[in-house]
Amino acid sequence: MALMDKHAILERNATLLLAGSLLVVTVGGIVEIAPLFYLENTIEKVEGMRPYSPLELAGRNIYIREGCYVCHSQMVRPFRDEVERYGHYSLAAESMYDRPFQWGSKRTGPDLARVGDRYSNEWHVQHLMDPRSVVPESIMPSYAFLKDTPLDPRGFSTHLVANQRLGVPYTDDMVAVAEADLTAQADPNAAQTDLLARYPKAKIGNFDGDPQALTEMDALVAYLQMLGTLIDFETYDETAGYR
Amino acid sequence: MTYGPQTIGVGLFAFLALLGAAFAADPLFAQHMGILAIVLAIATVVMLRRQFFAPAKTKVDTGYMDEVVRYGSIATMAWGIVGLLVGVVVALQLAWPAFNIEPWFTFGRMRPLHTSAVIFAFGGNALIATSFYVVQRTSRARLFGGDLAWFVFWGYQLFIVMAATGYLLGITQSREYAEPEWYVDLWLTVVWVAYLVVFLGTILKRKEPHIYVANWFYLAFIVTIAMLHVVNNLAIPVSFLGVKSYSAFAGVQDALTQWWYGHNAVGFFLTAGFLGMMYYFVPKQAARPIYSYRLSIIHFWALIFLYIWAGPHHLHYTALPDWAQTLGMVFSIMLWMPSWGGMINGLMTLSGAWDKIRTDPIIRMMVAAIAFYGMSTFEGPVMSIKAVNSLSHYTDWTIGHVHSGALGWVGLISFAAIYHMVPKLWARERLYSVRMVTWHFWLAMLGIVVYAAVMWVSGIMQGLMWREYDAQGFLVYSFAETVQAMFPYYVMRAIGGALYLAGALIMAFNITMTILGHQREEQPIGAPVAKAPSSLQPAE
Repeated sequence: MALMDKHAILERNATLLLAGSLLVVTVGGIVEIAPLFYLENTIEKVEGMRPYSPLELAGRNIYIREGCYVCHSQMVRPFRDEVERYGHYSLAAESMYDRPFQWGSKRTGPDLARVGDRYSNEWHVQHLMDPRSVVPESIMPSYAFLKDTPLDPRGFSTHLVANQRLGVPYTDDMVAVAEADLTAQADPNAAQTDLLARYPKAKIGNFDGDPQALTEMDALVAYLQMLGTLIDFETYDETAGYR
Repeated sequence: MTYGPQTIGVGLFAFLALLGAAFAADPLFAQHMGILAIVLAIATVVMLRRQFFAPAKTKVDTGYMDEVVRYGSIATMAWGIVGLLVGVVVALQLAWPAFNIEPWFTFGRMRPLHTSAVIFAFGGNALIATSFYVVQRTSRARLFGGDLAWFVFWGYQLFIVMAATGYLLGITQSREYAEPEWYVDLWLTVVWVAYLVVFLGTILKRKEPHIYVANWFYLAFIVTIAMLHVVNNLAIPVSFLGVKSYSAFAGVQDALTQWWYGHNAVGFFLTAGFLGMMYYFVPKQAARPIYSYRLSIIHFWALIFLYIWAGPHHLHYTALPDWAQTLGMVFSIMLWMPSWGGMINGLMTLSGAWDKIRTDPIIRMMVAAIAFYGMSTFEGPVMSIKAVNSLSHYTDWTIGHVHSGALGWVGLISFAAIYHMVPKLWARERLYSVRMVTWHFWLAMLGIVVYAAVMWVSGIMQGLMWREYDAQGFLVYSFAETVQAMFPYYVMRAIGGALYLAGALIMAFNITMTILGHQREEQPIGAPVAKAPSSLQPAE
């Protein structure tokens, strides 16, 4: 076959072979990924999504550090059993500020996309410190050290700045008061009106049960308690959201 | 040969790492840079004393740059043991949570350690060592760039050490199989470009008119991994003296970028590179030519073109747009064909040499590897069908599928390549013991079968339990009950993994003794037993 004989040209020229291979392997990615950035219907239009508050973001970073995504997904698929078990199926809009995404790939433990408000703060702390004391069948490691690890708010505004540079809509105001907001969210006695104006629906409380210290446990529980709570699915209109 | 400037360079970097530790923006960066400083300081001392760890120097001079391949073979073996051992530990952690030791040795931090140790440390070293071995011999040229090959080897080991220690400290991007943070990623980019230069340079100065097919695969693997690595790890660090970075992409775009990378880490790192290995070592060991030259052309181009599209099948029924999911599914199914093209080309190479399966356990290992390649590349397209995926996704079925590919294909073909190379690299007449290879083969085989079968059962069972409804229309099982049901399977899986590890330990002993120059006295396999009565001899 003539075409096959032409292949000898590539076999004799390493540069051509390299260029040819690179050309061939770029096509798929460009066709599949690039449109996601400009097709408007990729991400639904919804009410309620906002960037993470500083304490939630700090908690999210702990979630990532500990590799929670290895066993817990954050992506409810549109199946009857999943919707009944976990709640409304996940929307693309719900992870629009997630850098990186935490959809996960394995459910060794249950999905956490809508775990917020399902359990009390006390339950989460007890569960993280000794999982089998509340769920006897659990095979989750314990994370008691989080309660003894202080969370240092100093310099946290740089995290908001990095996100801002990537296009997450943090305002300069939010950046300026990031460290104060971080502390205030874990202190029920602090003035909260401004915090709630900046981050509507933010959960405020002394998450780890220890009013003295701001710990990593505070941040992680604050993050878990907001998961899936931003969009009000009572009023969410699927047909209007779909663009 | 002295390495003056190089030693000064390493010492300088050790000092810079120390500065990084001193001025770190967060404690994790300080700890990680401290580790880096210690590693580089040790390296500086070693280089100053001009210590070489070349075991049992050989007098043979092939004219090729084989010392780096010798180091690579030993590194492959050592990292293989580490990766498998961590695998057994994480399997035990799932069965008995008491094996989790917080904060450093919890499953969440250990699992990336396991996956990276087997993929990048074991697999990566196997690929670098064999590609250097193969490209020199098929091009009849010494490695291009002189000591640059040593930079690739040691630079890659440094990457592994930094990645592994980072995971245990909690430094991760949470991108599966791309967990190392931005500064380790930058280092790997430098090493990888050097690897491409050495490999491509050697091909360019070849004395053979044609580029051998194994080198097409190695080249495609190196250049594609470079592209995937750079794009998937685009991120903005919070501070240049801190560990944390935020991904350049968010949510749905980030998810597809990651799985475009993740699936092709499988497709190019664990498939194309190892097909290159197959195309050299199988014909060599069998002493037969490649079955079909045309098939190798067709399946090479089809494979590298189609693989890239398959990423979205990791995101079926998620918030990724349907068109992308369907496109991913269609291409995943088409991918079956070029995959089996490779399998057929590998297996049929044994035409006229099938009897060697009986007498040569290395050939047997290669055949089993190719067979597992065929099985996993059939199972993969099946699982990429959306209806099947709705059951299999999020369950152990996926884990079983990955391991039949990783243990069966990647593991066995690498082991076989090392068994083939080591006696030649150290100028030994044969391996210390060929019969031990048989032991290794059967232990590995048993381990894989136990592992894969158990994961099928547990995965499909858990998937069905999650969606089981009773007559009144209620979900039958709570999530915790499905976790409890996994226990016996998690125990059996750990046993399967331990069997596979046992086989690898036998190999490590066998290889060590071969390198040290020992030979076990044993009957060659297939030879007539010495005391057999002559009446049983076949007729002439």
